[in-house]
Amino acid sequence: MKLIWELFFTFLKIGTFTFGGGLAMLPAMRRIAVEEKAWLTEEEMVDCLALSQSLPGMLAVNVAVYIGNRKKNLIGSISAVLGVVLPALVSILVILLFLGRIEDNPYVQGAFEGIKAASVALILVAAYKMGRQTVKNKLEAMIALISFAIIVFAGVNAIWAVVFGGLAGLAAYLYRRKKGRCV
Amino acid sequence: MMPFVNLFVMFFRIGFFSFGGGYAMLPLIFQGVQDFGIMTAAEFSRLVALSQVTPGPIAVNAATYVGYQYAGIGGAFVATAGVTLPSFVLVLIAMHFIRRFQESQALNAVLTGIRPATVGMIASAVIFLAENSLFNGSVFSINVIQHGKDYINLLPCIIFIGTIVLAGKFNIGPIKLTVIAGIIGALIVR
Repeated sequence: MKLIWELFFTFLKIGTFTFGGGLAMLPAMRRIAVEEKAWLTEEEMVDCLALSQSLPGMLAVNVAVYIGNRKKNLIGSISAVLGVVLPALVSILVILLFLGRIEDNPYVQGAFEGIKAASVALILVAAYKMGRQTVKNKLEAMIALISFAIIVFAGVNAIWAVVFGGLAGLAAYLYRRKKGRCV
Repeated sequence: MMPFVNLFVMFFRIGFFSFGGGYAMLPLIFQGVQDFGIMTAAEFSRLVALSQVTPGPIAVNAATYVGYQYAGIGGAFVATAGVTLPSFVLVLIAMHFIRRFQESQALNAVLTGIRPATVGMIASAVIFLAENSLFNGSVFSINVIQHGKDYINLLPCIIFIGTIVLAGKFNIGPIKLTVIAGIIGALIVR
């Protein structure tokens, strides 16, 4: 029971203090799940992100379902998702019902500019930390570089980078196995 | 009852068919909203602006907004449930299959390749986000060299570098840094 509430409040915190959605929520989720709570290893976090990006739907919700389910099955994923969704829902309702046009407020716009800049840095740091754990040899470094390049320079959808990585990993495995058999 | 059913079906479809989350979902939501005829283009652009400055996933912000406009507070909840449910079901199914083939060497080889690709993908997102925050437009263009001064947004760049140092070197948490950056932005960036 304690873990159910812990999942709910943890994701409620993540949902409340991350703005802009999508990957902007990744640094906080990684920090809490991997470093603070040790719910996942760095590699499991990367697996979770790969799955969450490859499936339809919102990244943060997919991650919440994944971590919730790992820790406490169906009920765990329900409480994690409620936590991560609630702030987004409540904040919009409060604005529509009580606050009016806050998005035109210069202070809000300034805060948003500041948060966006910090968010770029936080995602970069998270990518670096995850890369240090998961990119261990030349082949893996090549895969990381190529998937970065095809998305940035060729404008390929992120899913194809995941597909490419999977095929490259499989090809390397089959090659090693064949070589092992010959020797 | 019908408005709720309509909303649920519409947002369930959006949740089911949109890869890439938030920004990828907005065009689908715009289409859906036009089919209902409940929102003008101007109001939709307000929705987009609000979704960015409010916490949480953009698609949930948008679903709540549209749901409320169309059918009140109940509508907000129904639309949010609709857009969230597909994620839920699909992730649980995918996890089930991955667990079943956990012992498979081939699956582990695939995962070993996917991990670095995922890191590369996240790093690529940094470039796209930087283009809308630290720079005014493409990072890989001649403008950076020619018009460096107008092209680079100074204060966001300082916040960016400060955040890298605080997060990377001093290991300060993302939530703390987000709050600090928001306060600095509100006081200075304007």
